[in-house]
Amino acid sequence: MRRLIVSGAIALAALVAGAGAVAIAAGTEAHPPHRHWHFQGPFGTYDRAAAQRGYQVYAEVCSACHSLSLLAYRNLIEIGLTENQVKGLIKDITVPDLNDDGQPIDRPARLSDRFRKPFPNELAAAAANNGKAPPDLSVIVKAREGGADYIYALLTGYVPFDKLTPAQIKELNVVKDDNYNTYFPGHRIAMAPPLSDDKVTYVDGTKSTLDQQASDVTEFLAWASEPWMENRKRTGVRVILFLLALAGLMYAVKRQVWANKH
Amino acid sequence: MASSHGTPPVFNNKVIAWIDYRLPIFSYIEKEYHTFPTPRNFNYFWNFGAIATVMLVLMIATGVVLATNYTPNVLMAFDSVERIDRDVPSGWLMRDLHMNGASFFFIAVYVHIFRGMYYGSYKQPRELLWILGVVIFLLMMATAFMGYVLPWGQMSFWGATVITSLFSAIPVVGDSIVTWLWGGFSIGNPTLNRFYALHYLLPFIIVAVVALHVVALHVHGSNNPTGIDPKGPQDTVPFHPYYTMKDGFGVVIFLIVYSAVVFFAPDMLGDAANYIPADPLVTPTHIVPEWYFLPFYAILRAVPDKLGGVIAMFGAIAVLFVLPWLDTSRVRSSTFRPIYKWFMLLLVVDVVVLGFCGANPPAGFWIPLSQVATLYYFVHFLILLPVLGKIERPLPLPPSIADSVLKKKAG
Repeated sequence: MRRLIVSGAIALAALVAGAGAVAIAAGTEAHPPHRHWHFQGPFGTYDRAAAQRGYQVYAEVCSACHSLSLLAYRNLIEIGLTENQVKGLIKDITVPDLNDDGQPIDRPARLSDRFRKPFPNELAAAAANNGKAPPDLSVIVKAREGGADYIYALLTGYVPFDKLTPAQIKELNVVKDDNYNTYFPGHRIAMAPPLSDDKVTYVDGTKSTLDQQASDVTEFLAWASEPWMENRKRTGVRVILFLLALAGLMYAVKRQVWANKH
Repeated sequence: MASSHGTPPVFNNKVIAWIDYRLPIFSYIEKEYHTFPTPRNFNYFWNFGAIATVMLVLMIATGVVLATNYTPNVLMAFDSVERIDRDVPSGWLMRDLHMNGASFFFIAVYVHIFRGMYYGSYKQPRELLWILGVVIFLLMMATAFMGYVLPWGQMSFWGATVITSLFSAIPVVGDSIVTWLWGGFSIGNPTLNRFYALHYLLPFIIVAVVALHVVALHVHGSNNPTGIDPKGPQDTVPFHPYYTMKDGFGVVIFLIVYSAVVFFAPDMLGDAANYIPADPLVTPTHIVPEWYFLPFYAILRAVPDKLGGVIAMFGAIAVLFVLPWLDTSRVRSSTFRPIYKWFMLLLVVDVVVLGFCGANPPAGFWIPLSQVATLYYFVHFLILLPVLGKIERPLPLPPSIADSVLKKKAG
């Protein structure tokens, strides 16, 4: 009987592993190097300080072009800010609305508002960006193979034109105004290098290097993609502990029931 | 077996006795799930029927909850799914259970199908039981396909495009059929609406076919690892508590693996591109279906001709319907079929290889590999099975189930 349990478990594990391997095998692009993230692993949580700095990078840099339409300002409380701190952060932001007469107005943002979009609509966003609207960043970390590793690698993976080898330039027909990125599929990316040393001045005094900004904004976007992740993992630990205890109990009863039949 | 169920039960509770006299549901449960004589020698492969049933119920339960919060409109579907994750209390839990539940339902059913094939459960007198099972499998595939369209991501949209376009391969009427399926001249809101309606409807049809599957099962009872029929009470045990406990234990173990994925890697089995909202103007570089369709997807692409590919893909499932008549061996269990056993395991390898072929772009060595694997799939069913039954010399069968159990114990 024990042999059968083992072989059954192995069969099941092989199936799951096989399914996972197939899912992974589907991606063929060059893989960005793996970085350690505070939120990885079964007990990983979001680094609140990094996420708050990441919001600052988003607000001061990314939000000029990229919307974050699935998030509301109230959500920022979840990365460790108080209600008053969030109110302070959004005090200068206005959002479009209609007044009581049905006329379009801009009014101060409230906690319950979704993040303001940089462009009134998709066409306007495309028109301002050479014909292609910049993607919304709400689930960007989940929407790219490689996830957070890819986003970080992309933000730090720009190569200036004068550092490119002649072979790279020839292969892709890169001209001086193109943006070459090591990790972007096809390498030529419409987005100019968005971050650089001292691009933002962190309110918490952290030294503002390119690496720091990229890693902070990635932490923030990872949180934005799945704000309930910590709850998911906590619930998972409880569910699995419960099921393990139940399995032990079930096995004991099952053996008892079958004792006279083997 | 039906005759050996014993005397009808007497209920001491007056209410139960009153109801049972008029509508014998309690007698039915007593007869079919308590005293029901079941072979005593099941291994853990026999858990997967119960596991699949649990997954079906779980899918319907989580699905109904999700349906109350989902919006089947091309402009709002993507955001409504995100809103379920973000703003509906425990919405993320319902969605993670549901989207991974589909994968684990298929895992359970694939193991269940393998068990049926390895131990010859489809053979006389269980042919209809097997055919009903294949019908369930087909209904599951249709349901899963339409469910994957609902989040309206890039893979939803383009997967739907690829699969519905297959019907255009049908000569003469193909294009009209595709327009009819779409409800327009391209995939759009009518397509999403009808897929949603059907995605909600089909699971209840699956429940009905599962009921028939179970009724058919209970006519002659379950097969068992030896493949020989029970010859008397010494070969069987009552279903309860013996198999309720054993199935219950198996279900919990399965749920542990399922939970590990749901809570710690909920997007492992999905495609990142489905978190990009559907865009009819941007075709993803690789359009890949969910993993459980990959072997069939590989068969579709292995044939250079479109119509030929479609015929091969549907043929790969159609061949399962006639499996009971393709297998000419009178011995059920592979345990006693020294040659067939290895070909059966080779078929499993073949299907896994087809899965990898389906996951990779059709280029380089994947093309000949998928063609060879497709060929072997059909050779297995159409040539090896009929021929092996004639030429293979089976091992001697044990005299009875009890005998095989006690011998294993001694040895």
